[in-house]
Amino acid sequence: MFPAARRAVARHASRVIGAAPSLASRAYARSRLLSTLAVLEQRDGQLSHGSLSAFTAAKKLGGTVHGFIAGNSVASAAQEAAKVEGVEKIISVDNLSYEKGLPENYAPLLIENIKKGGYTHVIAGHTAFGKSVLPRVAAMLDSQQISDITAIENEATFVRPIYAGNAIATVESSDTIKFITIRGTAFAAETPGSGSAAIEAGVDPKSEPISEWVSEDLAKSDRPDLATAGKVVSGGRGLKSKEEFDKVMLPLADALGAAVGASRAAVDSGYADNSLQVGQTGKVVAPQLYMAVGISGAIQHLAGMKDSKVIAAINKDADAPIFQVADVGLVGDLFEKVPELTEKVKGS
Amino acid sequence: MASKLRILVPVKRVIDYAVKPRVNKAMTAVETAGVKHSMNPFDELSVEESVRIREKKRFPGGVEDICAISAGPPKAADVLRTAMAMGADRAIHVELKDGEEMEPLTVAKMLKAAAEREKSNLVILGKQSIDDDAAQTGQMLAGLLGWPQATQASKVEFGENNSITVTKEVDGGVETVKAKLPMVVTTDLRLNEPRYASLPNIMKAKKKKLDKVGLGDFGLTNEPRLKVLKVTEPAPRQGGGKVEDVDGLVAKLKELGAL
Repeated sequence: MFPAARRAVARHASRVIGAAPSLASRAYARSRLLSTLAVLEQRDGQLSHGSLSAFTAAKKLGGTVHGFIAGNSVASAAQEAAKVEGVEKIISVDNLSYEKGLPENYAPLLIENIKKGGYTHVIAGHTAFGKSVLPRVAAMLDSQQISDITAIENEATFVRPIYAGNAIATVESSDTIKFITIRGTAFAAETPGSGSAAIEAGVDPKSEPISEWVSEDLAKSDRPDLATAGKVVSGGRGLKSKEEFDKVMLPLADALGAAVGASRAAVDSGYADNSLQVGQTGKVVAPQLYMAVGISGAIQHLAGMKDSKVIAAINKDADAPIFQVADVGLVGDLFEKVPELTEKVKGS
Repeated sequence: MASKLRILVPVKRVIDYAVKPRVNKAMTAVETAGVKHSMNPFDELSVEESVRIREKKRFPGGVEDICAISAGPPKAADVLRTAMAMGADRAIHVELKDGEEMEPLTVAKMLKAAAEREKSNLVILGKQSIDDDAAQTGQMLAGLLGWPQATQASKVEFGENNSITVTKEVDGGVETVKAKLPMVVTTDLRLNEPRYASLPNIMKAKKKKLDKVGLGDFGLTNEPRLKVLKVTEPAPRQGGGKVEDVDGLVAKLKELGAL
């Protein structure tokens, strides 16, 4: 077995043994039969590296790990995924009709491949794609999915935030096939290394499409991707207008090499694009640095960023709830403080 | 086939979004007794969208029926009354015992049976409930029915031959998909702005039909697949205090290794 995988398994086993020896030995006996299918994402033949988090979670479970990828011309993406260490096989289905991940035909495709592989666990990211496809598949196979998990205790027990992260539930699944979506920020994505998984063509049921992809409009940006960025600067209602948002926040983001986020208030007021929203109903981020500018810190917003390593806040209201979670807070007018900060960051 | 729309709108009674939930002493669940409850915010959008489809005559064949449905304790009837005050024609209350919860898979099975019985051709659900945050029920329902689905809708439009075009919020932007009725749609926050029920409409809603049924009437029993082992408070985060000026901010961030 590959060193990384062995380490992961050993770490997992020691933790379980520490908690309950009898359970651990049982889990170990079963882990030989345990096999996980990690559902990977791609776009235009490019592997989505964030989706390699599914491998991270799969390896924590122990047992064999396979990856699944489908779309138009996915050969090179499959080869890249095959380089992740500890992965035994990549199942690849090359067919234009799966390119957009439409759940109506992707679900039967996934089901056929799950049945063929006899998997005990199926993992996908809690992304727009994972959220759309996996529950459909789970229901069709009569399994109660476990969504947006942040930790794996053992092969059947998982930890997930509920109530916008205000409570943490530990749940044990009794389903034969466990369907899981994972919170990307809780499972650092594996990187392709020197692995050499076999690539195998999957089953293609070629089911008739009952829905049609029409178009998409994705926000284009040279900045890092919000969900995986190391630094995030986020603006709220305090920015007052789209012009001010762009004028104040974008230079700061560029100076820091950060992604730009926004509160729901800023998005609803049209200051920033919907796709930048951080919170319970938007993206969940956990960067090294999260800088909240003109954001009060409502519970729905905190749900999306309170696992950040360091939180900084700039707000003119000294009583804003954001200061209760911020590692460092500055009370002041953001229109004055942020440009000053931008200059100092540039200068340092 | 010129049909009329028969919309099923599942709604859930949850702890009000503005309330900070507390974990109970036994660490088995979130404390719900004596806590303000409301309709799940995403479900308000579903009701609003259904009513607007009728009011704006967006569907060529017209809207024949808007039926709200909820599974929950006796008090779930309150959210059904709210849905009717917003414009739903009638409601079905699948009564559960106080404290009894259903998992998305069971809810989806119940809704499948309800959609078939009520001859629904459009089911509009919230994208997630703000208590369990599972984001599963709509997709599970679509899978069980074999209908197309459009999740996280920010715009819903109708065309010729029962076609329906939905703009969805996805990571990084929006995506537009098209399918034919019958269909399942889940709502995102940008879809619309729900109305407040007016007092006269609240009074009228009291006269609308609210059927009470049991899960058994749909041939189902409530058998959870997931056992909740424990529920805990998240590790509290301590604020690190404030600095005087931008220099202080930069210095602190460097000290914390964030710059």
